[in-house]
Amino acid sequence: MKKLLTGNEAVALGAYEAGIHFASAYPGTPSTEILENIAANYKDDIISEWAPNEKVAVEAALGASIAGARSLAAMKHVGLNVAADPFFTIGYTGVNGGMILVAADDPGLHSSQNEQDNRYYARHAKVAMIEPSNSQEAKDMVIKAMEISEEFDTLVLMRMTTRICHSKSLVEVGERKEVPIKPYKKDLQKYYVAPAVAKQLHVKVEERLKRLEEFSNETDLNYVVWNTDKIGVISSGVAYEYAKEVFGDKASYLKLGFTHPLPMKKIKEFAEKVETLYVVEELEPYIEDQVKAHGIKCIGKDKIPNIWELNPEIVAATLLDDQAHIIDYDKSKVVNRPPTLCAGCPHRGFFYGLSKRKNVMITGDIGCYTLGGAPPLNAMDTTICMGASISLGHGANKIFEKFNKDMKVVSVIGDSTFFHTGINSLMDVVYNRSNIITCILDNRVTSMTGQQDNPGTGYTIHGEGTNVVEIEDLVKAVGIKHVRTVNPLKLDELKAAFDWAFGLDEPSVIISRWPCVLKKLSEIDKKEFEPLAGKCYVEVEKCIGCKMCVNTGCPAIHFDKENKKSAIDQVQCVGCELCMQVCPTKAIIKVGE
Amino acid sequence: MADTRSILLVGVGGQGTILASKILSTGLVEAGYDVKMSEIHGMAQRGGSVSTQVRFGKEVHSPIIGRGAADILVSFEAMEALRWLEYLKPDGKVIVNDYKIPSVPILMGKVDYPEGIIEDIKEKADTWVVDAAKIAMELGNAKVMNIVLLGALVKAMDLTDIDWEQVIRNNVKEKFIDINIQAFRKGMEAVELAKA
Repeated sequence: MKKLLTGNEAVALGAYEAGIHFASAYPGTPSTEILENIAANYKDDIISEWAPNEKVAVEAALGASIAGARSLAAMKHVGLNVAADPFFTIGYTGVNGGMILVAADDPGLHSSQNEQDNRYYARHAKVAMIEPSNSQEAKDMVIKAMEISEEFDTLVLMRMTTRICHSKSLVEVGERKEVPIKPYKKDLQKYYVAPAVAKQLHVKVEERLKRLEEFSNETDLNYVVWNTDKIGVISSGVAYEYAKEVFGDKASYLKLGFTHPLPMKKIKEFAEKVETLYVVEELEPYIEDQVKAHGIKCIGKDKIPNIWELNPEIVAATLLDDQAHIIDYDKSKVVNRPPTLCAGCPHRGFFYGLSKRKNVMITGDIGCYTLGGAPPLNAMDTTICMGASISLGHGANKIFEKFNKDMKVVSVIGDSTFFHTGINSLMDVVYNRSNIITCILDNRVTSMTGQQDNPGTGYTIHGEGTNVVEIEDLVKAVGIKHVRTVNPLKLDELKAAFDWAFGLDEPSVIISRWPCVLKKLSEIDKKEFEPLAGKCYVEVEKCIGCKMCVNTGCPAIHFDKENKKSAIDQVQCVGCELCMQVCPTKAIIKVGE
Repeated sequence: MADTRSILLVGVGGQGTILASKILSTGLVEAGYDVKMSEIHGMAQRGGSVSTQVRFGKEVHSPIIGRGAADILVSFEAMEALRWLEYLKPDGKVIVNDYKIPSVPILMGKVDYPEGIIEDIKEKADTWVVDAAKIAMELGNAKVMNIVLLGALVKAMDLTDIDWEQVIRNNVKEKFIDINIQAFRKGMEAVELAKA
């Protein structure tokens, strides 16, 4: 039976069919649905977990592998930066049960802070790499990865991209092949990576790479589609589909599914048979550089850009000078539509309150609340990577203090991001004694990636009740003496907390706690939070058109230019009452409660 | 590939483009086509401009298209149609929902929602204007706007041989089946009426 699946769904299915026993991930677009699907569909066969961060996910998966199981870890591209430490050393240790690490790049930065090409990681850490071009391959390659991993004693990195993860194509559904776990064997020469052991392991790694290159030259994951000797195209991943779309049968192809180590013998043979050789890659010249290093002439990144997402139009225009016919029209009329915090989002009140403070540096982090830096709230100065808000704020605070600058640092981080890496940074604040205000926006869920549970929610990936890591207890335990929890929908409560924290000469933590407006309240939430009710409504005769409510940036509120009054969309409004609190004439009332 | 047809569905995060695309793709697969569909998740979904692409034919390679390549553009919101018009083939068709969702700069009164968008589009391409919001509200649920537009798309693309009502039955919750089927039929009618 064939099913239309996204690449992520196909990876989950592949994990099931391959007999994988353990899977762990931290959510991150575009990779999130891999673990969601494993958890939802294969609960009885695969142990699946949300880890607090990607490093933890990879280490847990390695533990499962060493214990003898087949394991999987999944993350977005930048997650591998967090997991790089264990990742590089697994390159040395190898595995016991098969192990796959799925990392999803985001060319075009649909939902990311950079455009890194993770293929270099495979080369750097000396592990095997596979790159699917569609959902069927994504499934098949997970199964193949288990064989390669166990045969060559290597971790296999599967490099996905947004268009593989979130594109649906047809996949043949198969059966699970039950694989017994391997016996656990204490093996110091393999897993006890002290310097003397690692020294010997490095020798083995280089031998393994040679065997992997032989495999690369022989495997049918790397294959030739022969049409003509005029044009040859070497490509991998989704770029291969773009090349096929553009060249059709007017080119021959060397399609690479196993891309580390590259099949140099196969590449040379292919290159010799064609007149013009193109290397079609999305992002960096990973293949091209190695092809050129072997003295093979080819055309690639001198024509195809290495920035942003590739598509068939760009391939046709840059390689064949075949420009798309585009309707000529005035696009300047179109107004921007940036993403925005939802109506009723608890972060809005928090940033509205924070935006009123003067002489502050606001260091932000990665999550929905990153949108607090956009107009009209404009309440964020930096966003770098997960956890950086606090540590970056710490460093800035040290400089402001030493050089007597009148600047207060406020670091803003979400609940899930705090558990991810923020906690380490907060220890730095306590230990090295900086005087920053850390604000943890606890909306009771990992929101941006679509409502995943985390160590603070009280539920596992399966929705089963579990231990709750209480943020307040946690920050006190690392040594923060001043902690306050506030409801961000109450501006006076928030203002009082800011006044209090700005007056302290020691580090403090403000926990801004209210559930995400999109969250389906859990049993635990229901005990703590009263659901919002009613709608906010503008009494036109009282509205003086001052735009205070509009400047909260709520998408349910708009300013009617003709009668110079605000109006609230009754469909979008959830009745959070923020606008009522900022209105100077009390022109906004609550209806329908 | 020459026989591959490309549909571009655009709108604003939260308008239900993904469900409409899912039903569309499922129907096309059941009709025996090779299908690829591409959607965007994550940050853009928070009220941003979103697009979903559905490509079908004998054998589909790329899951996405570049500019000047869509056979039909279905826009769930008026201004989004103009934003994405450059993705349409010069002889392509447009279905545009006569429905405005102001973006943040417009909400704040900094700029106005652009005037005469529908006229602009009509001038440039073969266009059906569907008041899906009105139809959906008359049926009693604004959310079925997406299925009204799906009905319009099916009619405009001449894909009426597929048993769409069965596909809808299989893909929406039991209590919403009737209203969605009605929405689908109204969408087909809307294209027929516009043609007449």
